[in-house]
Amino acid sequence: MILSIASGKGGTGKTLVATSLAHSLGKAVLADCDVEEPNSYLFFPELVEGESRTVYMTIPQVDQERCTRCGVCSDFCAFHALAVLPQEVLLFPELCHGCGGCIIACPEKAISAGSRPIGTVKKAKAGEVDLVWGELNLGEPMSTPLIKEVKEEVSGSTILIDCPPGTACPVIEAVRGSDFCLLVTEPTPFGLHDLDLAVSVLDRLEIPSGVVVNKSGSGDDAIYGYCRDKGLPILLEIPMSRGIAEIYSRGQIFAREMPEWQDCFRELFEKIGEMVR
Amino acid sequence: MRQITVISGKGGTGKTTLVASLAALAKGKALIADCDVDAPDLHLLLKPDLRETREFFGLPLARLDRSLCTDCGECEDLCPSKAIRQGEIDSLLCSGCGVCRLVCPSEAIEMVERLSGHAYISDTVYGPLVDASLLPGEETSGKLVAMVREMAREEAKAHGLDLILIDGSPGIGCPVIASLTGVDLALVVTEPTISGVHDLERILSVADHFGVKSLVCINKYDLNLEMAKRIEDICGEGALAGLIPFDPAAVKSIVDGRPLVELGGAAAEAISEIWDRLKEEGFA
Repeated sequence: MILSIASGKGGTGKTLVATSLAHSLGKAVLADCDVEEPNSYLFFPELVEGESRTVYMTIPQVDQERCTRCGVCSDFCAFHALAVLPQEVLLFPELCHGCGGCIIACPEKAISAGSRPIGTVKKAKAGEVDLVWGELNLGEPMSTPLIKEVKEEVSGSTILIDCPPGTACPVIEAVRGSDFCLLVTEPTPFGLHDLDLAVSVLDRLEIPSGVVVNKSGSGDDAIYGYCRDKGLPILLEIPMSRGIAEIYSRGQIFAREMPEWQDCFRELFEKIGEMVR
Repeated sequence: MRQITVISGKGGTGKTTLVASLAALAKGKALIADCDVDAPDLHLLLKPDLRETREFFGLPLARLDRSLCTDCGECEDLCPSKAIRQGEIDSLLCSGCGVCRLVCPSEAIEMVERLSGHAYISDTVYGPLVDASLLPGEETSGKLVAMVREMAREEAKAHGLDLILIDGSPGIGCPVIASLTGVDLALVVTEPTISGVHDLERILSVADHFGVKSLVCINKYDLNLEMAKRIEDICGEGALAGLIPFDPAAVKSIVDGRPLVELGGAAAEAISEIWDRLKEEGFA
C-alpha cells in the first residue's frame, strides 16, 4: 500500500505521524517528498547512509552560431524562459520547465537538450526502515521534478510518503498514485480551513482520505463537525501535550519514546488497509 | 516603500500569527499581503471586508478537438507531463507548455485560458489586505504570488502607505522565492525543534542567495532551551529579532479570530518588542 501523509497547513504533525508510523510498523519505506525542507531522516540518528544521486532537469542549449535570432523559441516558451537578443538567445534556467518544446520548435535545429542540477535524492537504512528523501538545491524554485525522482526510487509493499505542506503542484505530485491519504490537522480555524483545501485537492485526484487530529483538545471542535458532514473518518487523535512537543523538538520519534502508542499506529495502518480493500 | 516578508522554511511555526500582530501594531500604516496562496489563513484573523476580486489565469490548458484528431499519437508520445492518454487530456497533469499543439499534424489542439485562482483586495481595521486563493489542484502558485505583490504595491501607493507586510509560505521553492525577491527584510520565524533548526539554515541561505537581509525570531523558544540556544548560535546576536515564549493565548487568538497582540500576555509582549526593534532598525 502507498499511504501519503499530507496536511494543507504546515506544522500540523505530518513528520511526527510519518516517522511514528514507520517505526511502529517496523518494516516500511519512508519517502520524504517535502524536498524543500526534508526532515524525516533527522529522526533516525542511527541511519546508515546509502547511495545518493544528483537530479538534473532538461534545459535547452542554444548553438549561437547556428541560431538566426528568429524568435520562434521564445514565442513558443510558455514559461518566458528564453529571450532573444540581437547578439544571442538568453536562457533563464530557473524559469525553464524542461518541456523541450523549443528544441522541437526551432526551425534551424540550433537547440539541443542540456541539463542542470536541481537537487539530490538520498537513501539510507535505519533497521528495517528504508529512508528515501530529496533535497532541493538552495535557490532552486522547481521542486516537482525532484519529487518525481524521489518517488521513482521507491518500491516495496508498505510505502509511506511524507508530503510537503500546501495544496499546489508539489503536493499533487507527492500524493499522486497513493492508495490513501492521511490528512494531519489541528483543531483550530487554521487547521480546518487548510484541511478543507486539502480535501478538495484529494477529491479532484480521487484519492480516499482520512484524518488525524493532532494537538487535540487545544483549540475548538469545529473540525469534528466538518469531518462528520464530509463523511471523513477521524482515524487517530493525538492529544495536545508539552511532553510530545518536547520529544519532537529533540528529534526523537514520538512512538519510540512513548511505545504505548505503537499499537495505535499499527491499528491505524490496518484500519486504512481495510478501507482501501 | 519598505517590504517585510515573514517566512519560516518549516511550516506551522507561527508566520501568520506574527504577521497579524505586526499588522495590528502598525495601526493602519501598513498594507498587508498574504502570499501563502496555497493555504491562506491571514484573513481568518483580520476579518476583511472584500472590496474587489480579480481572476487569476495561470498557464494555459491544452484542449483537443476529437473531430480533427487522427489518433496519430504524436502528442501522447511527446507530452513531457504525460498528460494525454488515448485522446484525453488530464487537466491536472497538463502544465500548459504547448508541446502537444506544436507537434499535432492536424491542428486538433489549441491552448485555452485556464482560471487558476482569485486575488482579492479588502479593507480591515488594520489596513488594506491583498490576498489570494488558488483553485484546488492548480499550479503556478509563484505566478499568483507575483500578482498579489503587484496588487499590494499598487494598493499601498494608492493609500499612501510605505510599508508592506507579507505573509509568506513554508518551504524554500517557487512561491517562497516569489515572495522574497526584492524585499527589504526577511523576518524568519522558527521553532526550537530539530526540524526548525534544519529548515532555518536552509531558508537563511536562500534569503542570502537572493541578497535579502534576515532577522530571526524563535517562537515557543522555551519548549527546548538547548535547541533555542543552537538557533541563537546559528544566527548570531545581530540577526536575532526576538524570543517568543510558548503561550496558550496563541491558539486562543486563532480560535477567536483576532491578532494575538490584542489578547495580551507574554507572547504578545515579545511580539511588541520585535515590532519596536523593526522600527528602530528602520524596517518599519
